[in-house]
Amino acid sequence: MPLLLTEEQSMLRDSARGLISDHASVSHLRQLRDTRDDTGFSRQLWATFAEMGFAGLLVPEEHGGSGLGAVEAGVIMEEIGRTLMPSPFLATAVLSASALARAGSAGQKSEYLPKIASGALLSALALDEGAKHRPLHTALQAVRSGNGFRLSGAKAMVVDGHVADLLLVVARSAGTPGERDGLTLFLVDPKAKGVAIERTIMVDAHNAARIRFDDVEVTADHVLGEVDGGAAVLSSVLDLGRGAVASEMVGLSEEVFGRTVAYLKERKQFGKAIGEFQALQHRAAHLYIEIEITRAAVLKALQAIDADPAKAAAAVAVAKARAGTTATLAVQEGVQMHGGMGMTDQFDIGFFMKRARVCEELLGDANYHAAQLAQLRGY
Amino acid sequence: MADLDTFRRETRAWLEANCPPEMRRPMTSEEDTFWGGRNAKFSSEPQRIWFERMRDKGWTVPHWPKEYGGGGLDGEEAKIVRQEMAAIGARAPITSFGISMLGPALLKYGTDEQKREHLPKITAGLIRWCQGYSEPNAGSDLASLQTRAESDGDDYVINGQKIWTSYANYADWIFCLVRTDPTAKKHDGISFILFDMTSKGVSTKPILLISGRSPFCETFFDNVRVPKANVLGTVNRGWDVAKYLLQHERAMISGMGERGGSRPLGQVAADSIGSDGQGRLDDALLRADIATFDVDEAALAAAAERMVDLAKAGQGHPAFSSAMKYYGTELNKRRHELLMSAGGINALEWESDRSGEGARPRAWLRTKANSIEGGTSEVMLGIVAKRILDLPGA
Ligand SMILES: Cc1cc2nc3c(=O)[nH]c(=O)nc-3n(C[C@H](O)[C@H](O)[C@H](O)COP(=O)(O)OP(=O)(O)OC[C@H]3O[C@@H](n4cnc5c(N)ncnc54)[C@H](O)[C@@H]3O)c2cc1C
Repeated sequence: MPLLLTEEQSMLRDSARGLISDHASVSHLRQLRDTRDDTGFSRQLWATFAEMGFAGLLVPEEHGGSGLGAVEAGVIMEEIGRTLMPSPFLATAVLSASALARAGSAGQKSEYLPKIASGALLSALALDEGAKHRPLHTALQAVRSGNGFRLSGAKAMVVDGHVADLLLVVARSAGTPGERDGLTLFLVDPKAKGVAIERTIMVDAHNAARIRFDDVEVTADHVLGEVDGGAAVLSSVLDLGRGAVASEMVGLSEEVFGRTVAYLKERKQFGKAIGEFQALQHRAAHLYIEIEITRAAVLKALQAIDADPAKAAAAVAVAKARAGTTATLAVQEGVQMHGGMGMTDQFDIGFFMKRARVCEELLGDANYHAAQLAQLRGY
Repeated sequence: MADLDTFRRETRAWLEANCPPEMRRPMTSEEDTFWGGRNAKFSSEPQRIWFERMRDKGWTVPHWPKEYGGGGLDGEEAKIVRQEMAAIGARAPITSFGISMLGPALLKYGTDEQKREHLPKITAGLIRWCQGYSEPNAGSDLASLQTRAESDGDDYVINGQKIWTSYANYADWIFCLVRTDPTAKKHDGISFILFDMTSKGVSTKPILLISGRSPFCETFFDNVRVPKANVLGTVNRGWDVAKYLLQHERAMISGMGERGGSRPLGQVAADSIGSDGQGRLDDALLRADIATFDVDEAALAAAAERMVDLAKAGQGHPAFSSAMKYYGTELNKRRHELLMSAGGINALEWESDRSGEGARPRAWLRTKANSIEGGTSEVMLGIVAKRILDLPGA
């Protein structure tokens, strides 16, 4: 498979880019931040996303979606990265839709997937508990009770957790934190008794919540997939999410880079454009190369997921690790080469720096994925 | 030597008796820094006590002459004071551009009258200074500045605009670069002048930073009248003063790479991420990064010490502060990247009680300016290439 977008994928990119750049430039995020918007994104824009088929991108056709794959999800995420548009795309359309499509019962699929595709239902994945992404370290307890379970514990940085109509909660129904066996996924109503949701204001002005579960009752119908066997589904869903976040970081890196190169051509010091200084030329060239290499690695990973999710782990680790280091470099160089301007809130560059830091932590940072790669390769 | 040992013992005892316990804890927010000035407020009683005791002893600036409110100590003694303060984690009693930047330039270039007028107010924290160097079109290329000062009898009349003036909105006085000879080559027509920020025609406008705080301003001068006697150094030779001051500014900024009173990175990370069975940080690669950082930080501290010793022995290179500025600021940025990584998602919270109002991410973002303010990293490397390595065309 050539490492290129197909014609259909390019068309998808163009229509996403048109919509996003018209309606959700960085000033859109700035406005949401400055007005301390309760929702944290535009519901109207999300409705348009759904109309264009983006919300149901990964929902199978029989449930009202377009049944597309990881590469297409990456295409949308990259455009989101260019303008930092906050949207439920990652949490709802990528993570939740794919979890439901892969592991849901017939009843669960027909209940939730069409609503996701139509844009009517927002859903969030409640996974991480500690400071760092460590899926197998899940400690939130699911204790059997009657024909159901009781959930107790807490989750941190649940993306879109405060607006979700449905929570996908990863819990430990057996074993001890660190073990692969014993994880179970539950579908939980955020309004259920014992669920406490606290929105947190994050550095990047995107949505996240801390959620506590205090003896929350769920029935057997709320189990997504197999009891104790959630890790397999989870890891394929997470790999898809990682590919998506890596794509967002590619878009973000490229946008910062583009703005920086434009500034190098326009800002004059010592009687010439600062882009004439070799000290900056070489670094701009270096950054360009880093971004191009990362772009290829990310596309490779997305294609690998579409080809066979079970065999994509190494490619995904490479992609997310690279995307993290590249985005970090891109935003640092962007701020530095803008000089004092780069430090001002009035300039958009800082938004990219903040978002890059959050994307780096989301679903595993560069170190996490480098360590995964080492493990997969047996050293 | 015996004398120095005695001095160390006495210093230790004095600090032990006089530095309040609250002033030995790591700083956690901006309010922990005392800047002095006409409108200065202490954020706590211990902060006031600590400042006043140090001021009375002349130790806000231990190595300045006693007649200006300094401690009159020689280099070795001043170093002992620094070391003993560091040993108990004592905070600086005052942070001030007067002490770290203007003071050294006044001592070297000031007339007797200028020194008597300004230095005691700096050591006593009575006047807060700001730095009027950069302009919208004169950043790295500082010498192309355009703010003009026109002669009018005993005064200059100043017109123009400065930018990135840190804390201009809190400052009492400004040290400012102005063009007094527009016809000369760009370095030759600049003068260095001091004036009161309450002078008629001075106004400031804050610029909000990505850290969500606003330490700096645009500063405007509209027919500001300043007595000619306020020029520091020779008229039209202000560039010499400016460069000398910049060496001190750079040395000060490079010091930010040193940890001071804060907790070691490895411990911060272990608290956040946890350790494996053997007490090693449970993230092998982060552990390796932190260890490498610790190595570099210790080496930088040694280099900073050696720089002072070389200067004292008359063997220092005036441009070496650029090397230190470059390294110290890049290191400080690395430190804060690692702190963010160690904190993981908990370090991403911007507004919450849990995060201390986002102290960590705000500090992280603020450090991104370290490699820009006081001359960018690129400009520092250029200075090392040209002035120390003597490379052609650099
Ligand atoms: C937090 C902060 C506080 C500050 N406080 C003060 C203050 O109190 N008073 C004051 O007067 N100024 C202050 N400054 C201004 C500071 O000194 C300038 O921002 C700095 O000198 C850079 O100028 P500039 O922002 O115009 O960037 P530019 O000069 O436009 O530089 C843009 C980019 O081009 C690069 N570049 C420029 N020339 C060259 C070259 N020859 N070779 C290679 N690369 C080059 C720079 O390194 C930078 O990456 C402050 C700045 C900051 C960020």
